[in-house]
Amino acid sequence: MSATATATPASPAPVRRKRLLPRLLLGVSAMILLFSVVRTVSGADQLTSVGTISAALGLAVPIGMAALGGLWAERSGVVNIGLEGMMILGTWGAGWAGYQWGPWAGVGMAIAMGAFGGALHAIATVWFGVDHIVSGVAINVLGLGLATYLAAATFVGVPGGGATQSPPIPTMGTVTIPGLSDAMDTLAGKEIFFVSDFAGLIGGLITNVSYITIIAVLLLVATWWLLWKSSFGLRLRSCGEAPYAAESLGVNVYKYKSIAVVASGALAGFGGSYLAIVAAQQYREGQTAGRGYIGLAAMIFGNWRPGGLASGAGLFGYADALQLRNAEAVHALLLVGAIALAAIAILSLRRGSVVSAVVLGGLGAGMLVWYLLTDTVPPQFAFMTPYVTTLLVLSLASQRLRMPAADGQPYRRGAGR
Amino acid sequence: MSGRLGRVVVALVAPLLAIAFAVVVTSIILAFTGHPPFEVFSTMIEYGTRPRTVTLTVNSAITYYLSALAVAIGFKMNLFNIGVDGQYRLAAMLAAAVGGAVSLPAPLHVALIVLVAMAVGAFWAGIAGLLRTSRGVSEVISTIMLNFIATGIVAYLLAPDRLAEPIAGSNNIGTAPIPESGRIPGLSLIPGSSNEVYGFIILAAFVGAAYWFTLSRTRFGFDLRATGANQAAAVASGVNVKKMVVTTMLLSGAVAGLVGMPQLLGASYTYSLDFPAGLGFTGIAIALLGRNSPIGIAFAALLWGFLENSAQILDLEGIPKEIVQIMQGVIVLSVVIAYELVRRWQVRRVASNVGKQLGTADESSPATTGASA
Repeated sequence: MSATATATPASPAPVRRKRLLPRLLLGVSAMILLFSVVRTVSGADQLTSVGTISAALGLAVPIGMAALGGLWAERSGVVNIGLEGMMILGTWGAGWAGYQWGPWAGVGMAIAMGAFGGALHAIATVWFGVDHIVSGVAINVLGLGLATYLAAATFVGVPGGGATQSPPIPTMGTVTIPGLSDAMDTLAGKEIFFVSDFAGLIGGLITNVSYITIIAVLLLVATWWLLWKSSFGLRLRSCGEAPYAAESLGVNVYKYKSIAVVASGALAGFGGSYLAIVAAQQYREGQTAGRGYIGLAAMIFGNWRPGGLASGAGLFGYADALQLRNAEAVHALLLVGAIALAAIAILSLRRGSVVSAVVLGGLGAGMLVWYLLTDTVPPQFAFMTPYVTTLLVLSLASQRLRMPAADGQPYRRGAGR
Repeated sequence: MSGRLGRVVVALVAPLLAIAFAVVVTSIILAFTGHPPFEVFSTMIEYGTRPRTVTLTVNSAITYYLSALAVAIGFKMNLFNIGVDGQYRLAAMLAAAVGGAVSLPAPLHVALIVLVAMAVGAFWAGIAGLLRTSRGVSEVISTIMLNFIATGIVAYLLAPDRLAEPIAGSNNIGTAPIPESGRIPGLSLIPGSSNEVYGFIILAAFVGAAYWFTLSRTRFGFDLRATGANQAAAVASGVNVKKMVVTTMLLSGAVAGLVGMPQLLGASYTYSLDFPAGLGFTGIAIALLGRNSPIGIAFAALLWGFLENSAQILDLEGIPKEIVQIMQGVIVLSVVIAYELVRRWQVRRVASNVGKQLGTADESSPATTGASA
């Protein structure tokens, strides 16, 4: 997949694009079919209800923005595990500016705080050549400390505020497509095979959508265009693939890496603003709950590609939404997992990788047995889903994943051979 | 500068600069938020040097020391064990459960708990090691994921109908209390203080000594450092890198398993919901500051313990004690930058010395070649 995109730029693009849309539609239809079957078998109607999809979309936004931030940094060759700290800075910024001057000021401040964290990471890694992981860890320590201190320093004594939370932020409002949304909701409630599930999906995507979500989707598309379709993006990605080659062609590698890492922090801060402004309507300590790390996982899951990380964020957001809303539906998710694993096992058997087919088939069978023998899934296991999935994907598909060639490697101007 | 003295000076300059820089940055932030910096620091020093606070500082430092050693073992081989956090929490919880369930004579009981903790820690870290050698999964990502999975497992097991029971007089729950035979008595080391230093300090010092001896005086330690410094050269000299990765992760995890022990065997005797979390990340910071040296880490751990405990007084004065976290963050970030600058300066110095001796003093070209190493 990635090989066609990066190694052979000369191959005719139109051919690929023609195939892409039908394949995408086929994939979505297959997913809906899978969920309809499971919903009918298990009776867990929440699986594809408008409410669940809507919640999943919302929960996917902060994860997706952290992932997008990770994509920017890593495409330029800088590993960013400081996303969590930058996101925390963003939540404080959203709370501080948000309660005083309204939600949009909160968004702006969150972006600025995230970008500040990104700038620190850029200074340390790009200009001073510090190890990326080391700097990221330090920024996570610093971001948490700064946000906690600033919260205690600015929110104590304000009505509704305290050391661990900001006063409430005014609501931002949401977008619902009138008429269509109600129709989809009614249709989704009728429990018709496939049709209701499709209606639930569409309804969830057009009901009570926050403005931040819409911007997030636009940012995803804009990132794809900028990084893969513009000369700016080509230069930026060349810094992550072969910085010395880029340097020899006159690309200012320091500049591109710095821009990418600052953008990365800004995106993580923007993701934090969703948590503070839309999800909780205030800053709360510990609000991010490791979403910066999940974002990193979603990006790897998505093979360092925008579309891939969006599906990763969607998957993790969906698992999160189900866990919060309905325990019965989480149990039904086991059946989904079992069928999906079986399907992937058959696919990999056809590709000739017997070992992973056997492992996947075994896991699928185990999930089926788990589904049949139990009635509920402990919430703690639902919590673990994103992390276990990521480990599984990494360990089974690490040969098919391809990160930028010079990702995480130190670069110094003029040091190439 | 030459010889030992020069090395010591270089080793000290970077951390001292970083601490000074952190004091400046924190002072600015304090002044901006309306607190006089000088008074804040003098209050902290006054409170931090009281015998009771010193004891608390030492006790915190024991835990941090073990955590940083666990991280440092990996660092020495260029392995990032971000997962110390999950490893010690899982290890402490299971060890506490085992310790509370059995009754044995005193030394055996303690030994059993400690061994269980080390085994669990090693197992959890070993997963990351195996994933790296067999599937090529970066240990940075896998240990982060394993941290969260450990959180889930601990939350699942620490429930009333599983390994936990209610703690009398509170709405907290924890594992069954470890009986007297499984506890380690404290030591009255600090004169004038009524509270005691964890007896585990002896074992922590032993682990530090073992770390130093293994790394600098054994063949295994040499192989480990060689692999960290130059993997290709290590392979050429006959080192089995895959085996080294797994062994190092196992060792790192075993030490990580000890992180919860001072608290468990010396103070709380149960793994409850409020058992300290996040110590693994503290360990990373301290290992960086202490530059993976057993002595350096000890000083860094004491500094961290001092900052954390002396800051407790600040809340009474109406100053958010989280200022200390900012200070710690700035110290870590600036110390790694300072070490990098010192390293570049040394590379340049060595290169220009070589140039002078060869009579081809070319100042510019050797200076840049160091970075790719």
